[in-house]
Amino acid sequence: MKTKYVSTGVRKKDAMSLVTGKPVYTGDMVPPNALRLKLLRSPHARAYIRSIDTSKAKLVPGVVCVLTWEDAPQSRFTTAGQTWPEPSPYDRLILDRQLRCCGDPVAIVAAETEQAAQQALKLIQVDYEVQTPLLDFTQAKDNPILVHPEDNFRALCDVGTDAKRNLVSTDCCEVGDVDEELKRCDVVLERTYNTLANSQAMMETFCTFTYLDEYGRLTVVSSTQVPFHARRILSNALEIPKGQIRVVKPRIGGGFGAKQSVVSELFPALVTKVTGRAAYICYTRQESMTNGSPRHQMQMRVRIGADRDGTIRAIDLHALSNAGAYGDHGPTTVGLVGHKSLALYGSLIASRFTSDVVYTNTMGGGAYRGYGATQGIYAVESAVNELAAQLGMDPTVIREKNMVRQGQTMPNYYGEPCNSCTLDQCMAAAKEHMDWDNKFPRRVLPNGHIRAVGVAMAMQGSGISAVDTASVEIRLNDGGFYTLLVGCTDMGTGCDTILAQMAADCLDCDIADISVRGVDTDQSPYDTGSYASSTTYVTGGAVVKTCAQLREKILAEGARLLGVSPEEAEFDGDKVFVPGTDRCITRKELGWASFEGHSRTLSASQSHSSPISPPPFMVGMAEIDLDPETGTVEVVDYVAEVDCGTVINTNLARVQTEGGIVQGIGMALYENVQYNAAGKLLNDSFLQYKIPTRLEAGTIRVAFHPSYEPTGPFGAKSIGELVINTPAPAITEAIRNATGLSFHSLPIRAEDIAMALEKQNHD
Amino acid sequence: MKLTLTLNGVRRTDEVAADTTLFSYLRDRGCLSVKCGCETSNCGLCTVWLEGKPVLSCSVPALRAQGKSVTTLEGLQEEAAQFGAYLADEGAEQCGYCSPGFVMNVLSMVRELDNPTDEEIKEYLAGNLCRCTGYQGQLRAIRRYLQEKGGAK
Ligand code: FES
Ligand code: FES
Repeated sequence: MKTKYVSTGVRKKDAMSLVTGKPVYTGDMVPPNALRLKLLRSPHARAYIRSIDTSKAKLVPGVVCVLTWEDAPQSRFTTAGQTWPEPSPYDRLILDRQLRCCGDPVAIVAAETEQAAQQALKLIQVDYEVQTPLLDFTQAKDNPILVHPEDNFRALCDVGTDAKRNLVSTDCCEVGDVDEELKRCDVVLERTYNTLANSQAMMETFCTFTYLDEYGRLTVVSSTQVPFHARRILSNALEIPKGQIRVVKPRIGGGFGAKQSVVSELFPALVTKVTGRAAYICYTRQESMTNGSPRHQMQMRVRIGADRDGTIRAIDLHALSNAGAYGDHGPTTVGLVGHKSLALYGSLIASRFTSDVVYTNTMGGGAYRGYGATQGIYAVESAVNELAAQLGMDPTVIREKNMVRQGQTMPNYYGEPCNSCTLDQCMAAAKEHMDWDNKFPRRVLPNGHIRAVGVAMAMQGSGISAVDTASVEIRLNDGGFYTLLVGCTDMGTGCDTILAQMAADCLDCDIADISVRGVDTDQSPYDTGSYASSTTYVTGGAVVKTCAQLREKILAEGARLLGVSPEEAEFDGDKVFVPGTDRCITRKELGWASFEGHSRTLSASQSHSSPISPPPFMVGMAEIDLDPETGTVEVVDYVAEVDCGTVINTNLARVQTEGGIVQGIGMALYENVQYNAAGKLLNDSFLQYKIPTRLEAGTIRVAFHPSYEPTGPFGAKSIGELVINTPAPAITEAIRNATGLSFHSLPIRAEDIAMALEKQNHD
Repeated sequence: MKLTLTLNGVRRTDEVAADTTLFSYLRDRGCLSVKCGCETSNCGLCTVWLEGKPVLSCSVPALRAQGKSVTTLEGLQEEAAQFGAYLADEGAEQCGYCSPGFVMNVLSMVRELDNPTDEEIKEYLAGNLCRCTGYQGQLRAIRRYLQEKGGAK
């Protein structure tokens, strides 16, 4: 199909307002009279509130209210933004008497000024019964310390939840007979890998303001990826009907999954409910770090078996995931550890994936780009690299031998078909672009530094099969322009523009003729939201369908006005005409006509859901420069070869890839999460939690190898999450190739390498 | 206390508390381009110019601007749009939340450095964090901008 906008680098529709600093974010729109909120947070990882005295705090001039657990509704809910019934257990209250991690909210102060709120915080007196926290997630299952002893704890889905055993969920799925198959293998390698609770560290922290509108309904303006889920969660948590709530999403200053949970919304909403006043909360960076919705910390055990020739026959993977204090996204993230790593290997005769997700008194987890696939791919790809080394094979060759191919079915990926896949081309191109054959495994530079390379493959999904739902509406207006109403959330990813590109091509019009609007739950058509790499694929699917329906309507109405049947007329995007004659009516005229004196306004709306979630694939190769004196690793070059199906916006896809890889570099080398003995997070600022600056980003070279996904809009799959998955295993492998040292925990810091090298020299 | 300064070319006097940061002062005066991303002077989102030199407004008391000139992106709209167009054409503004501070610093860099190398550019801008883009597209945009600007000279 010939396209004018799809597969080009169209400028984002909102680009110029973003680069000139226009006030388009939540914090820029706060009503001037809004109360400022501050939260009193628990200093203890586990404690019970015996009593709270707020009388002094309330005397501070400007303080309007101080709310405690006694003022909050008592029905439990989850803050995970997922389709109902949520797999995440209902284990939260807005304010709870039992505190389960450091930073759990104890009281909300609402005041006329931030200073007053801050001052009042210090005057709240709390009598805590401090309890011994459960901090080690490997000891959580069946531990006598129970994180959720409460009676009204509930699980809506059967995911093996058992609060009396600290279990958020448990699962086992097996294809073939893994134990038998492993016995038949020449080589079996067993390794355990560890990852941490990385922070998304989006530049805009969590922030929300709320007010009662002219109808007395609660309006929630928030930096959220999931406006419709947020509406439902707010309704559950506040015990008010959904119909009384409206959620509006302005521009978002980054999400990466963090804002797929309701994090900051409930506090101002409760204050507005109680006081009737507008209320605003903006998390500090520290709060975003200590009580956000980070990646789940995991420990993964891999047993991998192969023939001497490198045929990988079986993988047994077990994941233990630390949900922390609350189960948000716990049961679902862990699923991706297995389903989106094992399916990379089409050669597997047997595979098994088992998992436990446990509660502890550390910060509650959430959704972070990659959503479990990142951890699983790190473990499986690292194990494959170590296996290749043990077999004396080039790690690219072992992958060429075993990788999934187009046309296969993927038994450990819900049995879905692999309709579109150019992973083989990605590997060939990566080798060429990296000059792999010459660079593998290492060389020593004259200055003593070591240059080494490493490789990994990755996949993800495109939406959640048979769950994610997107609807859009397109209207033809007077003057002939279209409005495209979407319910998915552009968080900088550019989906407003990408969907307009598709619509413009489907409707044969100029992209400037498409005005996009999202999201206001009162006005936008329903969409599950932007997560699980769903927007391009799922919402894009809805756009294609809606355009087709609208074209039909335009044609029918044009033909009617021309006095012919639709079969006799055609619509070319600009006009409806009768071929071979000069009879026509332009789109402009049609727009005007439909607004005048009859009941045929031209608009269409379609919903879309997909029974499958076609995986995008990629190969990543890292070249590092390692200084053996200091252990410092610099990623000097990164080659990323991506199959996301048809690339809808070439610029945006490229920048997504570059951004994802740098986040992955951060996870591999720098982003550390440490607690003190009492369970307090130490890395709670950008001083201690080091995300890559432009000095650490190296050079990233991206190339696309589009397959064509027959079920996707214009052949597209997803890209957003896929791209974070290769750096951790590829860099781990490059470090091993440089030093001979196998690291099994992230991040691999310079001091870890220097110390291990020192030890190696002594041994 | 009284603070008299020139904000984006306009002289004004305001009553401010001694502990007010330049950041809060500017936001309260409607300079909403100025963003805050941290409490530890690490992110660069709050970058503005004081006497034409970039500073982190979150870490500068408002009163330090006494008698001086302060420039935010609101006062540099034309230039911001000129350079911003290069970012836009790379798709290198993703969420855009880091843009104002970043653009302020880029526009300062082009005044300070002549023909900077990639390394010099990265050094100069190292304090401007961006979590979305991986920095590559920003560098491409800067290079093109410098090239075409240089060509126009
Ligand atoms: S807000 Fe982060 S440096 Fe000023
Ligand atoms: S574009 Fe989002 S932080 Fe830079």
